[in-house]
Amino acid sequence: MLENLHCKLGTRHVLRGLSMKPVTAGQVLAVVGPNGAGKSTLLRCIAGFLPCEASRMQLDGIDLRPLKAARRSASVRYLPQAAPGQLHLTTYECLKVALHAQEAAPIATSQDRIATIANALNLGDLLPRYVDELSGGQKQLVWLAQALLHQPRALLLDEPLAALDPNYQHHVMRLLGRLASEKKLVILVVLHDLNMAVRYADQVPVLHQGEAIAQGSPNEALTPNVLARAFQISARLEHCGQGTPVILIDELLNI
Amino acid sequence: MPGVSPEFSEARRSASRARLLIAGVFLILLLLVFDVGSGAAGLSWTQIWSAIFPWQQTGDAAHFIVWELRLPQAFMAILAGAALGLAGAEMQTVLDNPLASPFTLGVSSAAALGAALTLILGIQLPGVPAEQATAASAFAFALLCSLMLDQAARRMRIAQQGVVLLGIALVFGFNALLALIQLLADAAALQNLLYWMMGSLSASRWPEVALQALVLISAATGSWRHAWKLTALRFGEERAGSLGVDTRGVRRWALLRVSMLAATTVALVGVIGFIGLVAPHIARRLWGEDHRWFLPGSACTGALILLAASVCAKQLSAHVEIPVGIVTTLVGIPFFIFVLSRRRNH
Repeated sequence: MLENLHCKLGTRHVLRGLSMKPVTAGQVLAVVGPNGAGKSTLLRCIAGFLPCEASRMQLDGIDLRPLKAARRSASVRYLPQAAPGQLHLTTYECLKVALHAQEAAPIATSQDRIATIANALNLGDLLPRYVDELSGGQKQLVWLAQALLHQPRALLLDEPLAALDPNYQHHVMRLLGRLASEKKLVILVVLHDLNMAVRYADQVPVLHQGEAIAQGSPNEALTPNVLARAFQISARLEHCGQGTPVILIDELLNI
Repeated sequence: MPGVSPEFSEARRSASRARLLIAGVFLILLLLVFDVGSGAAGLSWTQIWSAIFPWQQTGDAAHFIVWELRLPQAFMAILAGAALGLAGAEMQTVLDNPLASPFTLGVSSAAALGAALTLILGIQLPGVPAEQATAASAFAFALLCSLMLDQAARRMRIAQQGVVLLGIALVFGFNALLALIQLLADAAALQNLLYWMMGSLSASRWPEVALQALVLISAATGSWRHAWKLTALRFGEERAGSLGVDTRGVRRWALLRVSMLAATTVALVGVIGFIGLVAPHIARRLWGEDHRWFLPGSACTGALILLAASVCAKQLSAHVEIPVGIVTTLVGIPFFIFVLSRRRNH
């Protein structure tokens, strides 16, 4: 639950009293909005990396506001958009680092946990390979595996589909849906692609100038009025012949 | 390799890294023997062997030279080199900057300023014996510089890149003050200062070796405890934080360790350049990014470089002691260029 969130960066008031409806575990929320709306700032505030003020910021009844980022990470895992630089570690070593950075675990336990998460994300073949030799999509799976090792309650993903080919984009979104359902996670994912949002998200919060102007299922949130106000486009949500929802843009309203 | 379990690959990699580390230690021991065996006194191997094992009387001169001069200097080369290698490794990690070294943050420049105040102006810390006054002043100024950087980073909330820039500004500032003091110096005092600034092991005796060892062991213990967290920092500030690492705390402790290592080393052996910059790069190529191997590897590499430089310095001239800091820079630069030219492109 998030209520009345304010965040100032320098003199810019980026988030202006943003509130979101409570969400139930097992849902994927696709946070959409134009550039500068505050999407990434929202995730970083929830993760504890930016100073902010909120009337309420709760996850599973835990008040996150007094907790620093390292303490929040027990419940909330954040994956920033920026990828690490050159890193000569194997996938297996990356997962070991994620496991041991926070706690000391016996060797047998750590091997079991890594094996479990690797099976869940189908990473078995990638474990002995060096991360800087992997494709963008494969790396994204590794970062996801790192985030899931400590069984968080929420995942915050900032544009995880950037620089991925269409195959991996759909693969990652289907995986997120499955993970949310199986592990009862709340997953907030920032997306620029509205079609990915309407196809895979359970709820779509729409941000505009630091406020949430709509939140609900894709049908409820992405109305023509909301799309026009947020994105300056004349668009509508339709369903193609196979029932797949798509956003059809008729014209640009303002450039 | 298909069909090979990741645990087996990991074990094989660890074994390979361990073998490299053992080889490094073996090389250090070999160079230690060469270092003890070389010097202006021209002692034979028989004399050196007899001096080390005192049940054979060999004469006071050989015993004194081996036990009171060569052995402490050789051990100081190992410990000081290891300290600089370890400090450089931690600094490059926490500042996320491949050019970071104890000198980048101004620690060495501050130490040189402290030494200059004592050697040239006669200003020293109260209660410190005269023979340790220069080292004590150097240490105090080096530590002061580190505290300034830590406080600035905390109060000003500047990121790691800002700390590096602040350090560079301090380097220029301290060097300007140093130049001002040098203008006031007479010829003898100036020569003492310049010789100290070039870095030398010649003044190292067993008490200094013990102090260096104590600081190195303390710092290395702390580094080892943070090895996983330091590796996590390589993923970036926010990723490491999201993995549960208190990045500010880890950085603060690392800077404190680096300060202690650099301040002690500079105070005891003067300014020895390049090791803190070069050793981590070599270690990263050999042992990788896993800091459980990278940190001891960098310490081992630093020890090797300084010990090799000490041997070279003695070979270059039998009559004039060439400060080892000159050798590390002159040899280190082409070697570093060689390492960079063979850098693997990912």
